Amino acid sequence: MSNHDTTPASYSLRLAHLYPDLMNLYGDRGNIITLRQRCAARGITLTVVEIGIGDPFDTRCFDLIFMGGGQDREQQRIAQDLQAKGPAIRAAVADGTPALAVCGGYQLFCRSYQLGRGEELPGIGIFPARTLHGGEGTPRCIGNVEAEWDGGTLVGFENHGGRTYLDAGATPLARVRSGYGNNGDDGTEGAVTANAFGTYLHGSLLPKNPRFADHLLLLALRRKYGDAVTLTPLDDSLEQRAHASAAAAARRENARRRRGA
Amino acid sequence: MTLPAVLASKAAGLASRRLGRGGGTALPGLVAERLAPDIVARLARTLGGGAVIVTGTNGKTTTARMLTDILRAGGTPVIHNRSGSNLMRGLAATVTAAAALNGRIPNAERTAAVLEVDEATIPAAVTAVRPQSIIFTNLFRDQLDRYGEVDSITALWRRAVAVLPPSATVILNADDPSVAALRHETRARVLTFGVDDVGAAAGEEEHPADARWCARCGAEFEYSARFFWHVGHWRCRGCGDQRPQPDVAATGIEAWADGQRVHVATPAGALRVRLPLAGLYNAYNALAAVAAAGVLDATPEQTERALRGFTAAFGRQETLRVRGRDVRILLCKNPAGVNQVLRTLAAGESGRPVHLLMILNDGIADGRDVSWIWDVDYEVLHGRTALVVASGTRAADMALRLKYAGLSERLMVEDGIQAAAGRALSQTPAGGRLYVLPTYTAMLAVRDHLAALAGRRRFWEQ
Repeated sequence: MSNHDTTPASYSLRLAHLYPDLMNLYGDRGNIITLRQRCAARGITLTVVEIGIGDPFDTRCFDLIFMGGGQDREQQRIAQDLQAKGPAIRAAVADGTPALAVCGGYQLFCRSYQLGRGEELPGIGIFPARTLHGGEGTPRCIGNVEAEWDGGTLVGFENHGGRTYLDAGATPLARVRSGYGNNGDDGTEGAVTANAFGTYLHGSLLPKNPRFADHLLLLALRRKYGDAVTLTPLDDSLEQRAHASAAAAARRENARRRRGA
Repeated sequence: MTLPAVLASKAAGLASRRLGRGGGTALPGLVAERLAPDIVARLARTLGGGAVIVTGTNGKTTTARMLTDILRAGGTPVIHNRSGSNLMRGLAATVTAAAALNGRIPNAERTAAVLEVDEATIPAAVTAVRPQSIIFTNLFRDQLDRYGEVDSITALWRRAVAVLPPSATVILNADDPSVAALRHETRARVLTFGVDDVGAAAGEEEHPADARWCARCGAEFEYSARFFWHVGHWRCRGCGDQRPQPDVAATGIEAWADGQRVHVATPAGALRVRLPLAGLYNAYNALAAVAAAGVLDATPEQTERALRGFTAAFGRQETLRVRGRDVRILLCKNPAGVNQVLRTLAAGESGRPVHLLMILNDGIADGRDVSWIWDVDYEVLHGRTALVVASGTRAADMALRLKYAGLSERLMVEDGIQAAAGRALSQTPAGGRLYVLPTYTAMLAVRDHLAALAGRRRFWEQ
């Protein structure tokens, strides 16, 4: 049965896209487009189900979960509804379902988000971390990022007012080489719990980090079809060029910041 | 301090142009502001013809240019930041350049000012200029790496219109709920413009919207017609606030490949505006200009005449003849704008395969964050392209976006703008048309290069 992977056309995945109409600020749609295309190139059927406020959410139906970023106002809008879906999402993550939460989505996947005005938005506690916002006038963390991940790098753009602090023992997704990451202080970027990943990187994230995109797909496929599943390699030369140009932009900004400091 | 500031600024402008340092619009403004921080206020307030500020995410430059042309057609001298330098420094450069060597603006009592102003600069500009009117064109996500969030712009605008006196006029896009909401925040007179012709509504809905909820009650908007992004005939599901019936309304639009006729109803009577520019977004620009012109007592005849002869601002549907090809430059700034550009382009070419040069830069003026390209529906060009050359400082990002939009056939990447332009031109058949879609700094660079090839003047000399 070693050639279990020779019939990729039979693979199908269902992705839950949380609040696509609200959490879509920084081209997060690109992540979905990328997963869709990378599946299509391999004959894998990817069905994207959009889940909004008030929609029922049964995680047993899904192989992947995605949530993008939004403004504080949108986050406040969905925070309560996300609480209702929280137990189901936590159960899915505990069961090994891959999930990706970007920027505002990442903040709400943590324990809590303390807004500038003292108000605190509850998160769903997938990642043992909390986010603090210094209030109006606190500079935002804005710029290109290059961070070490799994023997390579992740690149993207970050733009967040809140600073996220991981609890002791929590696992960061990556180590910042250039940029701010979680908080600009401790060199961590994002968080990992089981197969769930939180990150501040948009840009969009997945198009120019094809290895990470495939990592998510492979986790989802293996969970569903067994460990023998492999992915057909794709021609990622353009993806690599985009990756390299984002990394170069991050390094330039880093050098400029150093000179300025 | 007015006179020394004016003289020093003029000298700086002269020196900067002599040295070939671009348009020389930044340095003179800087010098003037350094010597007289209130230079804009001092000079702008001497103007008897009234000052109009034009702001909003898209359409500032074209609207301001249209309004300037209309007023000049009626014989009014107009001071206008035509180069598009729209921060306080740019305004300072504009007013000092208009002043004579005695430090005063000639014929100030009958001179008007039409000033394009950056969205986030509005509070400072309003305080300095004390405009008679402010046009708010629209509000979309744009350069979020600079502005933070869309909501922060709304907050700035609200504060700015709240301090306007009843003698001022705010001219608002009735179809953009974020803009129309400003009518509840001001004591100034309110004049609205919008499109009544629901035949202009897009077939398909675009993905994001930057105004979803009522600023007053927080309930969601619903639409009986949606033109693009969140612009359309909206109504709040909660408090019932809805699109005001526009004072200046497009009652009918007939469009063709490179122009359109807009039937406009105004309080002063009906106008038939023939525009040499395509795209619904340009119809909105014309409506805003018509509304503002009406406030300044322009006649319908004068307005129609000026708009008929309107020429596009640099890089905005500007066409150059280069090496036997028509090269049309369409500035790309943000997803809402680019979607409009793509749809207009596709409609104009009615099925013919198009040749494209797409240039993505990530300078400060372009937005350092290029993620916005993933919000653009490049997919509408699927199966429609004969050639795509991707270029700019983030050429690979551009190419990657196009690849994922299904445009990878005959897709080339060429980082350098001049090389890319050369390649795109040589691959476009003689007598054919090349569309160039650049971000802002890329537009300045590519336009300069193409204009040199075409034997035209540089942008700041226009």
